[in-house]
Amino acid sequence: MNSIPLTHILFVSTALFFIGMYGLFTRRNLITMLMSIELILNSVNINFVAFNKYMYPDKLNGVFFSLFIITVAAAEAAVAIAIIINLYRSHRSIDVEDTTEMKY
Amino acid sequence: MNASQIIFYLISAFVLGTAVLAVTTRKIFRSAIWLLFSLVGVAGLYFWMQVEFVAAVQIIVYVGGVVVLIIFSIFLTHHSGSELPKTPLKQTIFSMLAVLLGFAFSYNLIAKHGFPTTSDKPFVVPVSAIGEQMLDTKQHGFVLPFEVVSMLLLAAMIGCIVIAMRSMPKGKTIQKQASPINGNGKTQDLPVPTKTMEEETT
Repeated sequence: MNSIPLTHILFVSTALFFIGMYGLFTRRNLITMLMSIELILNSVNINFVAFNKYMYPDKLNGVFFSLFIITVAAAEAAVAIAIIINLYRSHRSIDVEDTTEMKY
Repeated sequence: MNASQIIFYLISAFVLGTAVLAVTTRKIFRSAIWLLFSLVGVAGLYFWMQVEFVAAVQIIVYVGGVVVLIIFSIFLTHHSGSELPKTPLKQTIFSMLAVLLGFAFSYNLIAKHGFPTTSDKPFVVPVSAIGEQMLDTKQHGFVLPFEVVSMLLLAAMIGCIVIAMRSMPKGKTIQKQASPINGNGKTQDLPVPTKTMEEETT
């Protein structure tokens, strides 16, 4: 079990973070951007649990951090989707290029 | 290479592959389904790290809540079978470059750091320990963030209702909207085109 070094798990979480970053850069749709943000939050959670497991196995702080991050991410997704649906009602579009009222 | 390592690499390849598909596919519904597979893979990674409670929370909250919410919002805002517009090639190239450079930089830092993996103790997380420390009011308890997060969830719930509530015209109540028989018969048409699910899944 411990034969996997910590850096391999960190490789996975870093790759997941930058995959989410790529989606955030290339997508112009609000829902897909929200999906990319979910990927990024998941990579952070993997990091917390992995550091807790490998470096401080007698504590539980990383587990608690990941639990609270999951909670906050759920609340954030709910609010974001409410905003997206409201935006769709008023603009008939959820493309970020079409929502420029608050730009300047 | 024993079975545990092989399982770890399989789960990691699954997570990364489905995540790449989720951010690159051009059909938004498929993108949501690939995201679901990726989140399930992350839950498998938690199972592999023997934190079963976090894995269960991940499946319940993300797969059962967030992805279902995303799929609902896709149904409400997109026509079936429509593809997302293609991103310009220049933007793709530059974002790929930025992401690869950032990844190389970060992983270079991680690989050079050399984390002190001193402790070789087994990492067991019983759910009773999590619950006791979560609601502990003594020094290492987490009861204050627990309460703050519950207030945050309440605020988010009320905020969602307030944001998503239709701004009514004056003199019209919700009851008239729900039952269009009474009143002057002028009903607001629902802005959401209803689609059948069979069309979306194809």
